[in-house]
Formats: sequence, C-alpha cells, structure tokens
Amino acid sequence: MNFDFSDDDKMVQDQINRFLRDNCGFDEFRSVLEGDATYSDSVWRGLSEMGVQGTAIPSAYGGVEAGYLSLCLAARELGAHLAPVPFSSSIYLAVEAIQRTGSEVQKEEWLPKLASGQVIGTLAVTETLQEQVPEDITTTFAKGKLNGIKLVVPHGLMADVAVVLARTSDGLSLVLAPLSDVMRKSIDTVDPTMGSATITFKDAPAELLGESHDGWSAMSAVYNRAAVLFAFEQLGGAERALDMAVGYAKERFAFGRPIGSFQALKHMMADMYVALKLAESNCYYAAWALQNDADELALAAATARVSATQAFQLCSRDNIQVHGGMGFTWEYDCHLYYRRSNYLALVLGGLTTWEDKLVSALPDAA
Amino acid sequence: MEFNDTKEEAAFRGEIRTWIDNNAPDYLFEPLSTSGFGSIQLDGFDPMAEAKQWQKTKAEAGWACLQWPKDYGGQGASPIESVIWNQEEGVYGQLSRMFIIGQGMCAPTMMTFASEDQKQRYLPKLASGEEVWCQLFSEPHSGSDLAGLRTRAEKDGDDWVINGQKIWTSGAQHSEFGILITRTDPEVPKHRGLTMFFLDMKSAGVDIRPIKQANGDSGFNEVYFDNVRIPDAQRLGGVGEGWKVSLTTLMNERLAIGGSITTGFPEIKELVDQLRIASGTAINDPAVRSKLADWYAKSSGLKNTAARAISALSKGEVPGPENSIGKLVAGGMMQDIAKFSLDLQGLSGAIVDPEIAAGSARLQAMLMRSPAVRIEGGTDQILRNIISERVLGLPEDMRADKGMPFNKIPVGN
Repeated sequence: MNFDFSDDDKMVQDQINRFLRDNCGFDEFRSVLEGDATYSDSVWRGLSEMGVQGTAIPSAYGGVEAGYLSLCLAARELGAHLAPVPFSSSIYLAVEAIQRTGSEVQKEEWLPKLASGQVIGTLAVTETLQEQVPEDITTTFAKGKLNGIKLVVPHGLMADVAVVLARTSDGLSLVLAPLSDVMRKSIDTVDPTMGSATITFKDAPAELLGESHDGWSAMSAVYNRAAVLFAFEQLGGAERALDMAVGYAKERFAFGRPIGSFQALKHMMADMYVALKLAESNCYYAAWALQNDADELALAAATARVSATQAFQLCSRDNIQVHGGMGFTWEYDCHLYYRRSNYLALVLGGLTTWEDKLVSALPDAA
Repeated sequence: MEFNDTKEEAAFRGEIRTWIDNNAPDYLFEPLSTSGFGSIQLDGFDPMAEAKQWQKTKAEAGWACLQWPKDYGGQGASPIESVIWNQEEGVYGQLSRMFIIGQGMCAPTMMTFASEDQKQRYLPKLASGEEVWCQLFSEPHSGSDLAGLRTRAEKDGDDWVINGQKIWTSGAQHSEFGILITRTDPEVPKHRGLTMFFLDMKSAGVDIRPIKQANGDSGFNEVYFDNVRIPDAQRLGGVGEGWKVSLTTLMNERLAIGGSITTGFPEIKELVDQLRIASGTAINDPAVRSKLADWYAKSSGLKNTAARAISALSKGEVPGPENSIGKLVAGGMMQDIAKFSLDLQGLSGAIVDPEIAAGSARLQAMLMRSPAVRIEGGTDQILRNIISERVLGLPEDMRADKGMPFNKIPVGN
C-alpha cells in the first residue's frame, strides 16, 4: 500500500500552482465576473503551453499521457485558484465522453484539438427546471440533425463542440455536435464565470458519438469519472476558503484580541478543517480508482463527490461568517468561493442525487 | 498510489490468515461478533481470562505487538505489517481491547523514559498480556484541564509519597501496574510542577473503586492514594517534566483510539437493509439514503485518513495532530447513527434487551455509550482546540491562570 501521489505528480502540481499563483489571481476571476470577457484567455493559453489540458489524454491523440493522478492534482490547483477557464467542461466532460464512447475517427478528429486547448468542448444535458431524469430530455437527433433547447450548458458560451444527450429512435444517445451554427444565449447563474449558456439546436448538423449505445448510462459513466475530477477542484477551493478564513481570523481584532482566539470561531474553523480532511482522503482513494478504472470507481467517485461538495460548501459559507459583514461585500473575495462552490455542487447533479448514487453503489454487506 | 497489497504484503497476509484459522478461539467468534458495544459479553466465558489466553497464544507465536522491537516482546515489524495484522485479526481484535491502554499508551511512554533494565523487565510481559497496565491521569478536578491536577508526590528519602485521587481509570481493577502523573511542586505554574511515575497497583495505600457509569457498565474506576510509596527509580523523566512526558502518552492515546474506530455505520446499514418502515424497506427511503450517504462518506473518510497516516508512518514521517479528527468525527457520528436507528423503529427502538432488539441491541448500546466517546481521551471541544491551534495555527484562547503559580489559581468549588 502506498497512499500518496508520486513526486513527479507533485512536481507538476507545483508548476501549475506557480503558474496560477502568478497569472490567475482574483483579478482574473473578476475580469470575467465584472468585465466583458467570458473566460480568461491568457490563463487558458498558459495552461495549453504547459500541456495541462492534455494531461490524461493518450499521446496517440496528442495528449501528454501523464495519467489521471496528475490530472487530479491539476484539478485541485484549478479549483484552488478559481480559474475562470472552460477546463472542467472541456476536459472532464467532453474529453471523457469522446474517449469512452467515441469512434476511432471521432477521437482522432477531436481529442488532439481538445488536448491542445485549440478547441473547447462541453457536455449538454439539462433542459428543464429540475434535476434531470431521462424523461426530461426532448432534444431529438435524427438523420444527422439535432433539434431542441439545452437550458443551461456549462461553458456553452465559448464551447466549439458539445456532446449532447438527445433522443433518437433507439432512446437516449450521446451525440457529437460542432457548435458553429447554433443559437446561444448567455444565462445568468450563481457563478457567472462558468460561461453558462442556453443553446438552441435547429436542424444543427451532428453525429452519433461512437456506436449505438444507451445515452443515459454512457452519460452516467462520464459523470462518475468527472465526479472525481470535480471533487479535486472542490477540494482545492475548500482549502483556499479555509486558508482565507484562518488568515483573516489571525489579523482581525475585536474585544482587544484576535478573533481567531475565540473558541466560537476556532471550533467553526476546526470543523471546516475536518470536512476538508475527510474529503481529501476520499478524493485520494477516488483518484486511485479513476486511474486504475477499478471496480470500486462508482462508490469511490460518489463518496469523493459527496464529501468534497460538503467540504467546499461548508468552507466557503463559513469563510464569509468568519469575515463578518466585510465578507458579504462585493469588494471582498469571499463570495467568489461561495459562488463557485454552489455552482460546482450542481454541475453533475446535486448532492441529493450523489447521495443516492453512493447508497446504490454500496456493497450488500457494507 | 497503490491500495492493493504488494507481493510481500499479500504473502504476509496469507501467513497471518492461516495462523489465525488454526489458532484463534473460534468458539468466541459468534459472541464477539454480536457482543454489545462498550463491553464484551462472551456467553459464559470469562472475558479477561479469554483475552489473556489469546494474547499469550499470539505472543508465543510472535504475533503480539508486532511493531515493537524484538527485545521488548515484538517483532520489529513495519507499520504496514501491523495494520495487516489488525485487519486479519478482525473480530478477535476485540479481545485485545483490555490491553490497548497498556500497550498503546503506557508502553510508548516506558520505551521513551524508562531505564533499559525496566524496559526488559516490564515490556515483554505487557506485550504477552501477562501483566496489564493502566493510565492514572484524570482527576475529579482536572479533566480537560489535565495540568491542573492535584495528586501530590512528596520526596521522602529514596521514595516519593503519593496522596490524592484519580478518576476515569480504565481497567485499574485488572491492572498490575500503572503510569501516574502527580504534582511535585505547587509553587510554580501548573505545567511546570508535574512529575510522572510508574507504580505497582498492589502497593499499600492504593484503593480502587469501580464507577457505575450512566450506561450501567463499570469500565472505569476511581483510584485513591493514601501515603503510597513509589521508589524514585520508578520516576519517568525529570522532576517537573511530567507534562512533557504526558504528551508522549496522549499523542499515542489519540493514535491508539483513532486506529480502531467504531462509527456504527455497518450496524445501521445492516438494520436499514432489512427494516420495514411506512414507505417500504428503509434503505429505499430518500431521507434514509441521504443520511446513510453522509455517514458512509465520513466513515470512509476516516478509514482513508487512517490509511494515509499509516502510509506516512511507513515512510518514516511522524503522524501529526491532524489525527485528532478520528475520534471527533466518529463519536458524534455514532451518537447520531444510534439515535436515527432507534427513531426508525418507533417505540420498539427503546428495547435494550439483546435477545429481543434488532442487531443484538448494539445500536442501543452505542446510544448509551456514545456520550462517553465524545468525552474520553479529549472532549470534542478540546480536540477542536487542538486542531485549531496546532494544525491551523490559530491563537490560544485567553487563559486566566497563565503564568500563575499553581497554588494561587482560583479553584471555585
């Protein structure tokens, strides 16, 4: 047993951390939140130059083939720095869907461009105002054309290609659609840096992803893999939100002493740490399951997802509490974590859905 | 990163499995598996005699206290090897609970502070279960504020004379020896006037009285000292350095307790798989599933955190205060799980008779025992202080007695 990342993986993580520290401060997030940019092009290009998008993509398809453990650590850094780039949609969702379900021709066409960051991808599922079940999907795919409306597509605003869950004559399928001739409209969400869009497909050209398959199970399989990577982003964010709270509590004085010396606040931050630590250990185990495509992946992914969602939501929420009134101003950065944590909690389906998946994955004699 | 056994680890595991199959007291398997939480009931067998016998069998075959040095009754095994042993020992490991305090807390203190002769004399018999040890720390007026303890030790020739009272001493009634922290100088600030000893529990003037606990069991004792004499040679560490010595014991206490953690998760999973509630089988109820997922994520997080600590140990790193999270999470979770399990059963959940209640009433036993888990070995609140101060680096709380000589500290009643 060796329950740790390799020195090589940690070295790559450190390089990404240094790049983001120097190039992806809160001002980048705010340039998207407050400005006209839909994402940070400079950060996206910088990551491309380092080959981060291609971390887990096989070299045959233009990737670095450094494996999923390394990608998990990259995700942690992206989450920690709240990077306003379409990385998660493009890499955890589109790339995973194409790799798992796509045909050889589709992989050869799309993976190299996704690996280099030249093309941005996403996964389009949600159509109605509730947690999606198969019956909610009414977008149709027939004779090479997609028709329907996807209500909220993460990074749909800037994606070049989407894997779309659509209804075919066989039931649901994943369909690959270039987004050059579709109507897209920005849709406001709790985290405006996630580039969410409503996309209308009207006789839009598309093709079935790979061979005939069950689209809902194919999507769920992608979600299981993506859940591990999102969990690492959540972990990174939770850790920074806690650091921010601790840093503030050491410097801010009230009643003649640092507020971090009051047990009411210390114990709150201890609980944040506990949630973070539990999530971190579950994430490590899930990273191993992802890398090895282990039988335990479904359970490990749901477990990491549940505890990382809990940890990020708790840490971002109580970071505001530690900051008091200042934490609720637009000027302070606490709400950036709060926004991101609450968007990421929903992006693959909410906590309740993942709790349900976790219990379904439990072995009978747990 | 690798969770599966290496070839060597798998071979070692196989060796243990074979040995356990051939030597474990399999007639105890059933009673140990269904035994109530918090105390062992063995269907007419004497738990202490069975525990000592199993420990002796293990020691003779070289399976006791694996990670200890060979000279002191162990095998010098790696942390991973002793984890594999614990996994394979499984349900029989409950028999070792009688020795946890001695082997897990007293022994590390003895290894660090006792003389070579003393180590040779005491440690092998502690490993083999021939002699049981206890830890005499808490007092009626000093629990969380342990350094405020009042039991006096006064020098008289080559001896120290002890007067005072300890409380919450687990297993004192079964113990041959104990480690004891005392106040030797009341005129200096409280942490500086303490000294540690070990003593023979049969010494004249030692009076052990069991405490009847809130759950009806009696695992703990009060221990009174009336002019008990301890030779100076049994002092552990310098005079006035008892606090430093105690930190060795307490860090190991958190590791020992954190290592074998009970959360109640397997018990509630077994219950809800079978139990019928208004909406059908309980496991299919959304409210049940939500709670179950939360508890599984926490217990799995603890298991994986422990595995990371072992991984760190095996690389020669020292596990830090972050391991305080184990008991903090498990104690509260067990209490919540127990309460919810009873809730699902309606009034029948109140039945504590193991012959009648579901799951041999283990969940009811957890309900009644869990308040103690959240107190013993550091209360939830003290653990949060440790995490926030030693892990997060937050400032200490204001202490009204800081720097004050012990005998000037206000005591209330």
